[in-house]
Amino acid sequence: MNPLRRAFLKNAGVVGTVAVAIATGLLKPGAAFAAAWNSLAFTAKDPAEAINNAGYGGAAESSDIMIKAPDIAENGAVVPVSATSNIPGTTSMAFFVEKNPTPMIASFEFSNGAEPYIATRVKMAKTSVVRVTVKAGGKNYTNSREVKVTIGGCGG
Amino acid sequence: MAEAMKMRATMEGDVVDVKVLIQHAMETGLRKDAKTEKLIPAHFINQVVATLNGKTVLDAQWGGGIAKNPFLGFRIKGAKPGDKVGINAVDNLGTKFDGEVVVA
Repeated sequence: MNPLRRAFLKNAGVVGTVAVAIATGLLKPGAAFAAAWNSLAFTAKDPAEAINNAGYGGAAESSDIMIKAPDIAENGAVVPVSATSNIPGTTSMAFFVEKNPTPMIASFEFSNGAEPYIATRVKMAKTSVVRVTVKAGGKNYTNSREVKVTIGGCGG
Repeated sequence: MAEAMKMRATMEGDVVDVKVLIQHAMETGLRKDAKTEKLIPAHFINQVVATLNGKTVLDAQWGGGIAKNPFLGFRIKGAKPGDKVGINAVDNLGTKFDGEVVVA
């Protein structure tokens, strides 16, 4: 990850950058992904490292992040998880399954009226803490919830 | 590949609730074939952008930890019936998946 590029994207504003990219023919409309895929975060094996690389280091615990997930998942291959952030000014959200071989699941950036809510289905290798992190007002917040897995969803 | 994606967008008050299902193997690259004992190559959707009338509302990065045949639910405030919600997704091999639905 190039820190200059990150700073540029942040300062220029995602909308402006994408508009320029479209205008200059770098990106075709309909395929305007704002940033390169964060392989450093997605390939990290340690949960703290994955969270740091995803930009959510030093997150404060907050019960204003509501996580919905089953207490016990019979099938770790498909575990429904949803999260809502009640922290004002939430701009992004990321999901981690701490005991997975690579803990980072996904990250989401909200704009133009998107509510800070995501529902998805994740893979869980075994019983683990499911952690959700958000950014709001330039600060990081997190909450977590344990899901017991009876049959793992990763590995053969 | 419209048949690979199913979308629904319904109004709930002044918020549109969007549900998306995409058919995809979502292979992590860490899983072994039971017979050959060889690693199955990684093949998963890694970037997803959602738009409302062409304007980005959600910009997502996914890893192989999203379950097979991914489900995504999100909500947009300020949408109204007739608005168009679009999805553009791409996997790590460059295959694109696009979908669009009119808010009901």
